[in-house]
Amino acid sequence: MKARKASPGLGWTVFFTVISVLYLYPIVMVLLNSFKVETAISTSTAFQFPTAETFAGLANYVNAIASKGFLRSLGLSLFITISSVALILLCCSMCAWYITRVHGIASRIIYLLCVFSMVVPFQMVMFTLSQTADRLKLNTPWNICVIYLGFGAGLAVFMFSGFMKSIPLEIEEAAMIDGCNPIQTYFRVVFPILRPTMISVGVLETMWVWNDYLLPTLVLDIKKYKTITMLIQYFRGSFGRVEMGPMMACIMLTVLPVVVVYLLGQKHIIKGVVAGAVKG
Amino acid sequence: MGERSAPPSLRKAQVRPGLPGPAAENKGSLNMEKTLKKYFPVFVLPTLAAFIIGFIVPFSQGLYLSFCKFTTVNNATWVGVSNYVRALSDDTFSHAFWFTVAFAAVSTVLINVLAFSVALALTRNIRGTNVFRTVFFMPNLIGGIVLGYIWQILINCLLSKLALPLLALNTTAGYWGLIILMCWQQIGYMMIIYIAGLQNVPPELLEASQIDGATPWQTLWRIKLPMVMPSLTICLFLTITNSFKLFDQNLSLTGGDPNHASEMLALNIYNTFYGRSGPQWRGIGQAKAVVFFILVVVIALAQLRSTRSREVQQ
Repeated sequence: MKARKASPGLGWTVFFTVISVLYLYPIVMVLLNSFKVETAISTSTAFQFPTAETFAGLANYVNAIASKGFLRSLGLSLFITISSVALILLCCSMCAWYITRVHGIASRIIYLLCVFSMVVPFQMVMFTLSQTADRLKLNTPWNICVIYLGFGAGLAVFMFSGFMKSIPLEIEEAAMIDGCNPIQTYFRVVFPILRPTMISVGVLETMWVWNDYLLPTLVLDIKKYKTITMLIQYFRGSFGRVEMGPMMACIMLTVLPVVVVYLLGQKHIIKGVVAGAVKG
Repeated sequence: MGERSAPPSLRKAQVRPGLPGPAAENKGSLNMEKTLKKYFPVFVLPTLAAFIIGFIVPFSQGLYLSFCKFTTVNNATWVGVSNYVRALSDDTFSHAFWFTVAFAAVSTVLINVLAFSVALALTRNIRGTNVFRTVFFMPNLIGGIVLGYIWQILINCLLSKLALPLLALNTTAGYWGLIILMCWQQIGYMMIIYIAGLQNVPPELLEASQIDGATPWQTLWRIKLPMVMPSLTICLFLTITNSFKLFDQNLSLTGGDPNHASEMLALNIYNTFYGRSGPQWRGIGQAKAVVFFILVVVIALAQLRSTRSREVQQ
């Protein structure tokens, strides 16, 4: 309403366009470098555009995919993220429903512990957690999702129960009176109502699990399994001379899917973040 | 709040048999609670078991082990508070502490001031607002390890153009590099939260202030800012705790170089655990972690208390 009268005009648009271009520059820089031949990438020439002599085409990408185990890491990261987030969404929403509907000392304690676990820094538990995971044989990509469920439960239960408090009890009661047992009530009535919160929690947990570095490094055997973040850190650390070309291609291949998913589901992602933050 | 306090008051109403309506309704909800209770193993147990494995056991073991000398969980011997004494007298730890404090203070102020300004500008009627929001939010989705690596290339190139020492030898550049990286990553996120807050300011309030002749500056300080206090609380909380807990970016941008000078608390603890040989270091690392944990909790609580009290009721 008021904005129409005081339209700030073109100046701001130009200003923010310039800022946006600067904002995107780091990623564009990596993109440009990923098309250069190995000898043309060095500390002092990172800003230069590829020229006719230094242009390498897609060679770096082919190299990254063919010989650096990139696809395997991508698959592992995808599997770990999907299994962990699915498990977190299902188990934590069920747990949150129970503790908001059943009042008692146990519910109260679980809720408080969940809130508490959100503040604890990972370094506090990293050593003991990796030892526990080893002892219980939870140290493969196939069941690391249990660890993620345990450590991610705090935020998820907290957010779900925050939302659950605003759902009217009558709908569930009606379902129960009509003869549903709690499991049916949950899946037929509560689960569909929770959809928007599922998206919020899902977005936040996906961002966390997909980008996580320290937990998989400590829990998984790096010789056998490398997630994408581990792969990138591994290549930088372990060789005397890092092959920069394939490295740049690897970074681009890591960033691109995230950007594509973001552009497709932008509305949900931003809404999810806002809802998550305001509840928190 | 209101919904949560409803069931107990209903329960009291049930004692009076004269009121059929609420009593019957209440019976239903009590019944539901009772049936639901039997399903504890289905609904709560999976999460609870994982929570115990993933958090409660490691946390309590961590507390215990901070008083022990150990290399694995099974060969711990009790040594009392000596780990804490050695942790607190470790020069790299106190240096990491001050480095983290300096980093957290500057980055928290910068991120929030910039994010709020951008949010103010982008809630006005500017062409392309949505595109700008999309762009500013994007770095958030990229992981800390990758971001740190991208910025290391960029900053090193810049430093070499300016004929300055590279990141591996340059603490000042490492410090400001971390701050720029953190701003770049977090401004978009905080901006989104501030925008949501600004959009909740009732337009009547703004109109009323305009009619009363408030200048834009007065509107900002007297109306918009008090109304977005909840957003400010959240953003301050997130930026402060994120800055204190920062690990990935620190590891991949500077790795603590030169010689632990750009090491923050989380990385210092990690290096004490895994970067040093000798059985005593694990215990010291665990003691450092407990100190770190207490520090984060105290700061988070103090911050929440100080800003919550300034929030206004809508």
